[in-house]
Amino acid sequence: MSGYRIGANALRVTRICRVVDEGAGVKTFTLSDKQCARAKPGQFLMLWIPGVDEIPLSIMAASAGKVSVTVKAVGEATRALHALGTDAYVGVRGPFGTCFRLDGSSAVLVGGGTGVAPLRFLAQCMAEKAVDAKIIVGAKTRGELLFVDALRSLVGGGNVVAVTEDGSYGVKGLATDQLEMMLQSGSRLSVYACGPELMVHRAFELAEAYGCQFEASLERLMRCGIGLCGSCVIGKYRVCADGPVFTGDQLREIAAEFGHFKRGFKGEKVPV
Amino acid sequence: MADGMLKVCLAGLELANPTVLASGVLGYSAEVFQRVEASGAGAVVTKSVGVAAREGYMNPTVCQVRCGLVNAMGLPNPGIDVFVEEVARAKALLSVPVIVSVYGFRTSEYAYAAVRAASAGADAVELNVSCPHVEGTGSEVGQDEGLLAEVVREVKRIVRKPVFVKLSPNVADIASVAEAAVAAGADGLTVANTLKALAIDVETGIPVLGNRRGGLSGPAVKPVVLRCVYDVYERVNVPIVGCGGVTSWRDAVEYFLAGASAVQVGTAVATRGLSVFAEITRGVAAYLRRKGYGGLAQVVGLSHRR
Repeated sequence: MSGYRIGANALRVTRICRVVDEGAGVKTFTLSDKQCARAKPGQFLMLWIPGVDEIPLSIMAASAGKVSVTVKAVGEATRALHALGTDAYVGVRGPFGTCFRLDGSSAVLVGGGTGVAPLRFLAQCMAEKAVDAKIIVGAKTRGELLFVDALRSLVGGGNVVAVTEDGSYGVKGLATDQLEMMLQSGSRLSVYACGPELMVHRAFELAEAYGCQFEASLERLMRCGIGLCGSCVIGKYRVCADGPVFTGDQLREIAAEFGHFKRGFKGEKVPV
Repeated sequence: MADGMLKVCLAGLELANPTVLASGVLGYSAEVFQRVEASGAGAVVTKSVGVAAREGYMNPTVCQVRCGLVNAMGLPNPGIDVFVEEVARAKALLSVPVIVSVYGFRTSEYAYAAVRAASAGADAVELNVSCPHVEGTGSEVGQDEGLLAEVVREVKRIVRKPVFVKLSPNVADIASVAEAAVAAGADGLTVANTLKALAIDVETGIPVLGNRRGGLSGPAVKPVVLRCVYDVYERVNVPIVGCGGVTSWRDAVEYFLAGASAVQVGTAVATRGLSVFAEITRGVAAYLRRKGYGGLAQVVGLSHRR
């Protein structure tokens, strides 16, 4: 399930074809790129903001020669990207990494913040394959909830649960509380998660406790994107080349690091 | 891989096979080294570690070009005082030799990092005197025979483990630099590091790498570095480890014939995956059998016959 070999994956410089403001400092950028247009849900691309930085981004949508990524302005690179408009040049490599696997059974997707982006791609894929999917979308507050309307039209309004920590929209609380209620009700569900690591880790604990299949997309500092530099190691795995989507079995192997610490620019361990 | 034919002795280090993980690749954590060992590497070299921690350069740090990669990571590392824990854990988890690569901005920094690594259990140290893109260290040392000799002598004076010197190919006469390193006490030579290189994007007209300038690795450099090994072999009597574009068993055998006793693999970890170590070892073993050689040592330097 790995992506394309790097032999055919040099940097391509292309123009931004569309920018959508999603609100709360989040924008979706669509680029023309034939290779990334063939990406599968869960895979990522490396986006070069010329003269600034190159960063890994989860793919939110891919079809018909185009690929979209959804980005929150949080640092120098993402702020520089947000300042770019249609027709600006960016570079792209990818798609890289593993993708989510559909096992055919009913699914629940749990996303927090911009972690909802790759899950929207997955939900679309599940809708096309008629997989029964429920989606829990979490955020701190109403303005930060991503893609709630799009997801409702994709999987049906009754299958989307919006959760805010401050209760400004939907259910008040944590996305993982809603997951626990669903699993408690006895539904046999495969769990897919992406978002803040502590949320993903809690979702993993719940999936383990209820004996559910589990997959999650993890985030680490990445530099080369091709399994070479070691910046993104977690336990024995490289997030760029062995992930970013890991199974519950793999996460059990790296329990000492997952949910506990990551590595910084100096390769040093820092708490998650 | 427990094929006796493939055993190598490198300045006292016993390797079960001649494939070594090159410095800079993966290289931060004991768990990853353990996986590299399980994938078939005969030894591992860590990322280069110095006295003070470094963040390295902004991305892009790697740019794919035809037949290779241009990179400028900028020596990111947590500093030797932190990294010694990882060295100790690696020694506890691995049975293959663990070689710690060190760099310094002064002779005393090379010495300090090397001593700390050795006391943490490193089986050997490799002096990075050849990184082509960090000012004040790396190739600035390796291009100055006097300074290089001083660094090697000082490290040898206080470190009781084998000391390898990783040479720069960005010099007028690499064999002369090799002689200087060996005269100063180097127990082995790694030949070589990346070649100075640049990648430019034509749409924006700017260099791609965050640091602008970088070093070239991969298949593109193999014939260049092979010549370096060939030249160095004629002038020194210490083991040579070939490092430059090794992707297949055939590349490895070319390096052995030129005079290398082992090879380091870096870029091919990305292009071929971690299975590249076992693939090379299997291919080398098949070659030795097919040609009727009893062991790897019989082919080392064979291409120097006339």
